[in-house]
Amino acid sequence: MLDVNGLSHAYGRHKALDQVSIRLRAGEAVAILGANGAGKTTLLNAISGFYHPYEGRIVFDGKDRTHLKPPDVAALGIARTFQNVALFKGMSVLDNLMTGRLLKMKGSFLLEALYWGPARRQELEHRAFVEHIIDFLEIQAIRKTAAGRLPYGLQKRVELGRALAAEPELLLLDEPMAGMNVEEKEDMCRFILDVNGEFGTTIALIEHDMGVVMDISDRVAVLDYGRKIADGAPEQVRKDPAVRDAYLGVSHD
Amino acid sequence: MTELLYGIAVAPFKDMAGSPAFFAEVLIGGVFAGLMYSLVALGFVLIFKASGVFNFAQGAMVLFAALTLVGLIERGVPVALALVLTTAVMVALAWVIERVVLRPLVNQEHIILFMATIGLTFFLEGFGEMVWGANVKKLDIGIPDRSFIVAGIQINQLELSAAVTSAVLVAVLAVFFQRTRIGRALRAVADDHEAALSIGIPLKTIWMIVWSVAGIVAIVAGIMWGAKSGVQFSLSLIALKSLPVLILGGFTSVPGAIVGGLIIGVGEKMGEVYWGPLVGGAIENWFAYVLALAFLLVRPQGLFGEKIIERV
Repeated sequence: MLDVNGLSHAYGRHKALDQVSIRLRAGEAVAILGANGAGKTTLLNAISGFYHPYEGRIVFDGKDRTHLKPPDVAALGIARTFQNVALFKGMSVLDNLMTGRLLKMKGSFLLEALYWGPARRQELEHRAFVEHIIDFLEIQAIRKTAAGRLPYGLQKRVELGRALAAEPELLLLDEPMAGMNVEEKEDMCRFILDVNGEFGTTIALIEHDMGVVMDISDRVAVLDYGRKIADGAPEQVRKDPAVRDAYLGVSHD
Repeated sequence: MTELLYGIAVAPFKDMAGSPAFFAEVLIGGVFAGLMYSLVALGFVLIFKASGVFNFAQGAMVLFAALTLVGLIERGVPVALALVLTTAVMVALAWVIERVVLRPLVNQEHIILFMATIGLTFFLEGFGEMVWGANVKKLDIGIPDRSFIVAGIQINQLELSAAVTSAVLVAVLAVFFQRTRIGRALRAVADDHEAALSIGIPLKTIWMIVWSVAGIVAIVAGIMWGAKSGVQFSLSLIALKSLPVLILGGFTSVPGAIVGGLIIGVGEKMGEVYWGPLVGGAIENWFAYVLALAFLLVRPQGLFGEKIIERV
């Protein structure tokens, strides 16, 4: 469904991405591994339209969309989270999720303003869907809390919820487990597995911690200094000597 | 000493009780003045909510809108048409601001955007004068500046219409922000540009909308203030008067702007009439700022503002 072809990007003279190609099939959960500075986030930003690569093509559902802007990418059904949690801190958890659903909402201004007729029905429908996500992520207790006041682990969970609210076809997760304790990591793993399994959402997630992702991804790609050095089943990648070299000293196995 | 205490704590209230009709007039005068402050404060709140920018140029926008309107009317354009044209000019201005000022500064520090709006202030003041001239102009929109008497209380017709207009405008905006999809998108953009983009909110469109709305609010404020005290350069300075209103009401709250405006308006008039004589009068001009300062000590986020805890 997503085909990234020969992507290159540079910050000044530093090559962040060098001819990276990766392919995601519908329903797959793919992990993109790499040490800090390996180009993982750059790749994700390119896919979600925040950066435009100077070389290469990104094809989604058969259409070239290398140069779309972030809102247009979102409209295609690609949702993402951020490495340093980007929630709407002043809004409640519920409002954050409802905002995530904006793209699914349409309708007349006037009716909305009056909260009348179809607009009211629509609001209620979306509210019901969002409540479903809240149940799924087990965040019922904090739905009215301002997102900015939550502990970090919960913020990441809410951010995942906001991405899910858009009912994405492709979900991009930028280090969803970073900075979490073991328990929170396990929860997050479970949610990611469930999203992939129950909703059939295609997932691409970025991690630098090898151990965590092996269990939850169908496939693992490894980036090193902007180049892809491995791509395959978790077991196979784990044994790959090139990957071992790249990870020497930082392996968690 | 006792005399002073008497003057502060007893005499004013005795005066109020002694002449209720006069008290009511002062009160109403305060409410009307307050609503006019609210109108200007509203423009600030709108832009602050949607882009996190403190738009220093709001006062200049009021001046510019009023100048444009008066200029058109002076050249023989019918009032209704002049209003439509002025609205078009303000929307066009919003478009230009988005393209030339805001877009190149996306995701910059708020202070940088703030400084850009200071630049915008000088530009608008200069540009307005260049096009329409610097003379004080009279704005006549057909509402007579007359007074009538209800139950022994004198009410100014112009001030009354200003009050009603503000009330309607505020109600519409409050509903707009709380109830609509676009309102929610506006709040999202204010909170985090990147995140808003990632869930499909087009920043450009939102900014364009919000600056247009602020422009239209500026027209209304410009008309009201212009009709009251003439269209002149000092209109730009009423922006400063709305600062205490914002501090009181909270920068992010539409109802806050209204309540803040009322408190300032009423407080000012009451202070001047009943407590002013103690210090020889003329406290109206600085009273609001003292009130705002006192407020900052107790509730820095204002009456209705959002208290956001930033984790560092």
